[in-house]
Amino acid sequence: MDAILLQILNGLDKGSAYALIALGLTLIFGTLGVVNFAHGALFMLGSFCAVALSKIFNISKITIDPDKVDFLGNPLKVKTPYVIEWFGESTGAAIIDWSVPLAILFAIPVMLLVGYVMERGLIKHFYKRPHADQILVTFGLAIVIQEIIKAAFGANPIPTPAPDVFRGSYDFGVLLGMEANAVIYPFWRLIYFAFSTVIIASVFAFLQFTTFGMVVRAGMADRETVGLLGINIDKRFTFMFGIAAAVAGLAGVMYTPINSPNYHMGMDFLVLSFVVVVVGGMGSLPGAVLAGFLLGVLESFASMNEVKGFFEALYLPSIDQIIIYLVAIIILLARPRGLMGRAGVMEE
Amino acid sequence: MSKFTRRGLLKSSAVMGAGLAMPTLITSPVAAYTNEPTGGSVTLGFNVPQTGPYADEGSDELRAYKLAVEHLNGGGDGGMMNTFTSKALKGNGILGKKVEFVTGDTQTKSDAARASAKSMIEKDGAIMITGGSSSGVAVAVQGLCQEAGVIFMAGLTHSNDTTGKDKKANGFRHFFNGYMSGAALAPVLEKAYGKERRAYHLTADYTWGWTQQESIQAATEGVGWETVNNVLTPLATTDFSSYIAPVLNSGADVLVLNHYGGNMINSLTSAVQFGLRDKQVNGKNFEIVVPLYSELMAKGAGANIEGVFGSTNWSWTLGDEGTKAFVKSFGEKYGFPPSNAAQTVYAQTLLYADACERAGTFNPCGIVESLEGFEFDGLGNGPTLYRKEDHQCFKDVLVMKGKENPANEYDALEIVEVTPRAQVEYAPDHPMFAGGSLGKCNPGA
Repeated sequence: MDAILLQILNGLDKGSAYALIALGLTLIFGTLGVVNFAHGALFMLGSFCAVALSKIFNISKITIDPDKVDFLGNPLKVKTPYVIEWFGESTGAAIIDWSVPLAILFAIPVMLLVGYVMERGLIKHFYKRPHADQILVTFGLAIVIQEIIKAAFGANPIPTPAPDVFRGSYDFGVLLGMEANAVIYPFWRLIYFAFSTVIIASVFAFLQFTTFGMVVRAGMADRETVGLLGINIDKRFTFMFGIAAAVAGLAGVMYTPINSPNYHMGMDFLVLSFVVVVVGGMGSLPGAVLAGFLLGVLESFASMNEVKGFFEALYLPSIDQIIIYLVAIIILLARPRGLMGRAGVMEE
Repeated sequence: MSKFTRRGLLKSSAVMGAGLAMPTLITSPVAAYTNEPTGGSVTLGFNVPQTGPYADEGSDELRAYKLAVEHLNGGGDGGMMNTFTSKALKGNGILGKKVEFVTGDTQTKSDAARASAKSMIEKDGAIMITGGSSSGVAVAVQGLCQEAGVIFMAGLTHSNDTTGKDKKANGFRHFFNGYMSGAALAPVLEKAYGKERRAYHLTADYTWGWTQQESIQAATEGVGWETVNNVLTPLATTDFSSYIAPVLNSGADVLVLNHYGGNMINSLTSAVQFGLRDKQVNGKNFEIVVPLYSELMAKGAGANIEGVFGSTNWSWTLGDEGTKAFVKSFGEKYGFPPSNAAQTVYAQTLLYADACERAGTFNPCGIVESLEGFEFDGLGNGPTLYRKEDHQCFKDVLVMKGKENPANEYDALEIVEVTPRAQVEYAPDHPMFAGGSLGKCNPGA
């Protein structure tokens, strides 16, 4: 029971990342009709916003300590971050410690700008081109972004921890009347799940309850008619591209304490996120979210030793590696449009 | 209608080809071995990961190779050439020929590594290939060098197979291996954590992971530990939470992470996030062990590594003269201390050059003869033997621990014990290394 609870939590947590990325992908596809293979790179860029802010906070003044020596026996260069110099020891240290949550504020304008530039500068020229061309150009763009990040930050993962207060884990077992330490789960992963839920709810609320969102939804359903009503739908769709980039970026920012960011992390999520979008139904926002959580939980369960052992006995080794694709095939055979796909999308 | 026929065209081509080749066949001297240098220089091929997850390790290796070339050609302060017990190297290149080099990118992929090594041998005329950071790559490139008739001086490769079932006569490894890590670590772990421990292994699913896990399991079971489970994790895994969660309720009180590079940083981070290090199981503190450490990994893992035991081939904090000379040369040139990947490739380059000098030839068979059974000192690891039977170096191994209060980013690991060579030695036909044969040296050509 405790193991199952743990895997449900784990699955929801993994699903949060899949759902956030898939949500952004679907937003772009639903509005602009573009299959954006650079979306994983946007998730990675978000992570590196947190890394960059952490590095900025750690820019230091160098002084020489004549009483100490470095590894070569030369007088030691002591680094004191400017934020500590300016704001004092405790406030400065707290700013550095909270660099990941603070990076949310930093990442939103950066990612909106990146999204805007990407859409206006490159992707808009491919709206009327075949999907294969869009995939090629966005995939190429993803590689360019990756290489820029690698050149700037190096190839190795960069640890960017959560604030001290969120380190450690929460004992769910005690909450549910189990013995201590039976089901413990890291604080930050719980925060990630809660954060994802808030972001997903905000995007849905924005689309559902604002005039802007209503126009975007109308545009997604019938672009031409909305245009004929005198509304500049392209402008709104460009803004939605920025929103999708910001959602991916925020997912990346909050992910940094879970796994140290590296330049390749976007690609690791991209393929799975596309599977999530297809299983959820191309163009369906609720479908993307539902499929994200569903596949996250399934993947988590498949990695349980008992489940793996069961499938190994059925001559299906490494079920945790293929479960998502297996389930995707079954769902698509049963429902070719995905869980919540609409007729007519990607079918002409 | 054309008078050309397919047969006619083939015949004409064959005659023309033979005619064109004739002067070359008559006038070219037959090379005694692959890429025999004829001019005033000799080319070495440095095949390291310049992209991919081990690119930082590759960069540090490349720095050390460049430093070694500088020293071999008489530049800089000579580094470990001054402390090396063999005095055959004079700082005038190798056998009087200036050392030049070409570099290739392995991308930490066997096929890419083989392609770049092949290109360096066939197009650039490299007479020796060296490099590493992945055992899968090392085994693949070693096989290629054996076929091509050039020497392969392995860089960072820790799988038992490199000098075990996949050993080759043209290949030599200075770096230690999984068996040695187990033999060095087990007594330290027993002393620190006791005899009654239950270990859970997470293992990278390729040659290095398999052989290291086998070695650590055998060594820890030898001191009384029980192995609860061994779970193989794909190399591409980035989120290890699904693998860490089952550890919590497995009854294990030690987690052994047979992971390296980015894998290790991510799995260790997950383990710490799940509170494993604060957990009490079987009345004991839960512990984590990382059998193969590197300075770059320690830097990447940050505070998570504090108090965690592991092993390394060498450390810049050692106090011997060779280490001091190398750290000084490297530190002054690049501004930070070298990693143990840098030390092993620097040592391998000097060892190759020295073997050429002592053999008086670049012929791979002469070099094999010169390196087999070669005993030396002064390269940072104490007295070392290149064993004839498997081309594996035998030397002391370092047991390390993540430092509690590092003074700076280069100070993440501290030496717990220098395990003497005798404790990590094994018979050439040890079951963990059985199944292959060196074969005969291949001079190629």
